[in-house]
Amino acid sequence: MVNSAATPMSQGHHALGDILKHDTGELANRWLIAAALDPSQEVFQSFAAEARVLVGALKSASAAGTTRFDIDSPAWAATRTALESLSASRAARGESAGATSAFVLALKVALFEGLDTSADGPSLMREVGLITQMVDGMAQWTVTTFQRTREAIIARQQEELLELSTPVIKLWDGVLAVPMIGTLDSNRTQVVMEALLQRIVDTEASLAIIDITGVPTVDTLVAQHLLKTVTAIRLMGADCIISGIRPQIAQTIVHLGIDLQGVRTKATLADALALALRQTGYTVTKGSVVTKVAG
Amino acid sequence: MNRIPILQMGGALLVTIQIDMEDQTALALQDDLVACIAAKGAHGVLIDISALEMVDSFIGRMLASISAIASVLDAKTVVVGMRPAVAITLVELGLSLHGVRTALNVARGMAILQEAEEQAHRVD
Repeated sequence: MVNSAATPMSQGHHALGDILKHDTGELANRWLIAAALDPSQEVFQSFAAEARVLVGALKSASAAGTTRFDIDSPAWAATRTALESLSASRAARGESAGATSAFVLALKVALFEGLDTSADGPSLMREVGLITQMVDGMAQWTVTTFQRTREAIIARQQEELLELSTPVIKLWDGVLAVPMIGTLDSNRTQVVMEALLQRIVDTEASLAIIDITGVPTVDTLVAQHLLKTVTAIRLMGADCIISGIRPQIAQTIVHLGIDLQGVRTKATLADALALALRQTGYTVTKGSVVTKVAG
Repeated sequence: MNRIPILQMGGALLVTIQIDMEDQTALALQDDLVACIAAKGAHGVLIDISALEMVDSFIGRMLASISAIASVLDAKTVVVGMRPAVAITLVELGLSLHGVRTALNVARGMAILQEAEEQAHRVD
């Protein structure tokens, strides 16, 4: 359908091609006016530069004989790059996707102004259609890259957060601890479980303490994830203590009727460590205080 | 069909599973092991699954039923050396192997069996 439509339109390319062939500086200026930018703004100069680069890229694409916006075609490579850098700079500036695409769409008005209004209705319609199709395609591409940039940032942050929140600490010979931070979802439980079980194998630890001081709320789902971890630890042949249960969380657990299946729980990590030491046969005695002499 | 050897170490039976088990192999192991416990009067069974990379629900159930049958014959079962991936799989399958003792390695497993035997002697 695209091919059959392109043939009769090939004569109509002239008007759009003519606009782009003319002074590109003037078109860029019309664009900036259409975008209703405040010239006194600091960023105006960089916006103007971006507009000029884009118009220049459009001119070369039009000179290559195509005004049909096609992302994959090599003739539009320069336009594509210009749009990508435009959306990247807007994303970095913290502007919304809507404002960014509105700026690109303002080009449509600038191009319409350059049309020869004395032309007959059907050919004018064709030109309007062509310009609309081209500018809309450009705006869409801008929003797509804008979103892609944002998503890449979010994905990277999520990954970092996941890694950050799951350190497995060796507390004592044969005693491991995991301080859980943040809401426990199935993803995080999986990461914690894998890291902890692997450390149990590596260190031959017989006890693991899961500290949930940093877990804001415990609902049935979170409890289920916790119990899954405990069950996996027991299957490996190690034992588990849950510590860091705040008073409110203890109340929630009882109110929700969550069965902790005989898992030992302690209020603080210190209590849990004391229990762990007792279980592994260590006794801690308080000796005389050693005063460190400075110098 | 592969048969899994059962070794006797004192009053305990040692089974090391070195191959990925098929259902038939698992069933044969269960029969052999139960017969062996009864014949030798073993007080403990140690099953080493450290070489097992995959455990499905059937094998998981078999481990639980061996443990249950052994306890009817007054023998304690310890499953040792479960890999993290296997433990996670069993949890996801909803098999927590209640009533099955577990240990990190063969040495710890033997210690558990020995302790259990001594306790039994004291009671006698």
